[in-house]
Amino acid sequence: MNFINLIRIAFKALLRNKLRAFLTMLGIIIGVASVIAMVAIGQGSKQSIQAQLSGMGSNMIVIRPNSNVTGGVRLDATSVQTLTLNDVVALQKKSTYLSAVSPSATAKGQVIYGNNNWSTTIQGVNNFYLDTIRQWSLTAGNEFTDKDIASEAKVCLLGQTVVTNLFTNGENPVGKYIRFAQIPFLVIGILSPKGANAFGQDQDDIIIAPYTTVQKRILSTIYFQNIYASAKDESSTVQASTEISQILRDSHRLKSTDDDDFAVRTMEELINTFSSTSQLLTILLAVIAGISLLVGGIGIMNIMYVSVTERTREIGLRMAIGATGWDILLQFLTEAIMISITGAVIGVMLGITASKLVTLFLSWPTLITEFSIILSFMVCVITGVFFGYYPAQKASRLDPIEALRYE
Amino acid sequence: MSNKILELKNIKREFIMGSETVRALKDVSFEVATGEFVTIMGASGSGKTTLLNMLGCLDKQTAGIYLLDGVDVGKLSRNELAHLRNNKIGFVFQSYNLLPRTSALENVELPLMYNRAVKTKDRKDRAVKALEAVDLANRLDHKPNQLSGGQQQRVAIARALINEPVMILADEATGNLDTKASFSIMALLQELNQNHGKTIVFVTHEPDIAEFSSRTITLKDGKVIKDHVNENKKNAKDALAALPADDEA
Repeated sequence: MNFINLIRIAFKALLRNKLRAFLTMLGIIIGVASVIAMVAIGQGSKQSIQAQLSGMGSNMIVIRPNSNVTGGVRLDATSVQTLTLNDVVALQKKSTYLSAVSPSATAKGQVIYGNNNWSTTIQGVNNFYLDTIRQWSLTAGNEFTDKDIASEAKVCLLGQTVVTNLFTNGENPVGKYIRFAQIPFLVIGILSPKGANAFGQDQDDIIIAPYTTVQKRILSTIYFQNIYASAKDESSTVQASTEISQILRDSHRLKSTDDDDFAVRTMEELINTFSSTSQLLTILLAVIAGISLLVGGIGIMNIMYVSVTERTREIGLRMAIGATGWDILLQFLTEAIMISITGAVIGVMLGITASKLVTLFLSWPTLITEFSIILSFMVCVITGVFFGYYPAQKASRLDPIEALRYE
Repeated sequence: MSNKILELKNIKREFIMGSETVRALKDVSFEVATGEFVTIMGASGSGKTTLLNMLGCLDKQTAGIYLLDGVDVGKLSRNELAHLRNNKIGFVFQSYNLLPRTSALENVELPLMYNRAVKTKDRKDRAVKALEAVDLANRLDHKPNQLSGGQQQRVAIARALINEPVMILADEATGNLDTKASFSIMALLQELNQNHGKTIVFVTHEPDIAEFSSRTITLKDGKVIKDHVNENKKNAKDALAALPADDEA
């Protein structure tokens, strides 16, 4: 029997029992739809967790100068200055794992506005620091521009704690001048509140300014205390830190025998938390997917089994008019596969619709991945073959004489 | 040799039922030539059904030789038997055995689905021709439940004809039909036999049906007890015309 005939025979047999075919499919439809929807919800929350963790800086990499030995005296790391703009440029140009690089120059001091003053830190960075590395948005005003950086402009962005302590009357800080180290700075924006970091340090107690301004006007140096970088994603932080070391060693012209005069730090703890969370989620979803498809598969097997018994005479007739056992086996197997494929197609559509509805009505983030669609489809077809085989084999082994007389 | 469709030589068929051996056929031998219309008669338990299963290549003999159109059936595998049934035999059953919820046309096409040699294009044409041959050209799309018993049996005969078999094997084909429909089926079979030269082997236990055939083989207790040519074969068409036309007005 050729393939087209096989499909045609199986298709016609299914059409003769539309309701039963549909009910059989229902198990698969619900299985696939729930897998797609679950995975979409899982991936969606994974993505939003990922975004939150990135906001916390899970893929942030901090480069500091390392303590080195000068004349036999080991100096404190902060007193050693090795990082320059050349390093930043080298990293920006050569790295393949980094999405952003920003220099950082910080100074402590007293900030004054009107009658109020407050002890805080001013941090000089570039725009990547806020946009990509920290993912820190503004509640008011604008970020500084490349032109501000080039011109060492005396502009700044204020953290919420600084705003609360300086602007006690509740006036709008944007457009006002504050003084830091006797230098007047124009407030051009307010940072959104970030709260305390993992070590209880208030992240909002800060003033952000162009790095050139802090470096030249306040610190009068060509060095940076830190370079911040952001890996493209959590999983590539390790490769990124190796790459950074290589680039900086080249940039600092270190001999292979020399120790690094810098240190690269990643947020490993955060990364581990993140990967264990998403791994747990994935396992959970895989289990749900497995169970629902198993139930669907048993449904197919059940119906195919009943179907073989019910259609014993039909099988006998087909054998009498020339169908071989193999033909009968393939027919029932094809029916099972057709049920599972059709069920899978409907299930995929239903699952996508359900995910969209979840986002629409519950505003849960969902992300439909091709992987989940392909996987559930494959599992379905395999289920169809696996659970269809036994009843099909039973049908193919019937004795035509008995099958024809079966009541 | 070529005009012998069936050759049975000392056929024996035994079944083992627990500790007992049931000898359903004991040393059966006969030949059927091309174009014969043979009825096989016998009471129940005479081995009729066993013989039919064997003739239809659904079963194999325990001993003896069975040649169907020159092919030694006893030596074939299960799959080869299936192909033989497909190519050489057209079955007509007592209970029609049409696929439910399937049009007459598709039912008739069915044997061709299992025949690789037939192209999809030819299949429908041949099915239509077969249905025309049994006078059902206007019932192509009717489902079995929309057809009378006689019409269903005609569809089954069309299905048996479609593969151009060397032999039509009918098993009590008129058993479920009233006299009129029976005669009409017999008239159709006679016509196929006389005008198209189809060899027909018809198993029945009704003597009046056997009168329409050219030869009757009678079985009893697994043996052929009588094998005679019908000198005065009745014409089913005449018998049909002779019936009082009161039932269906």
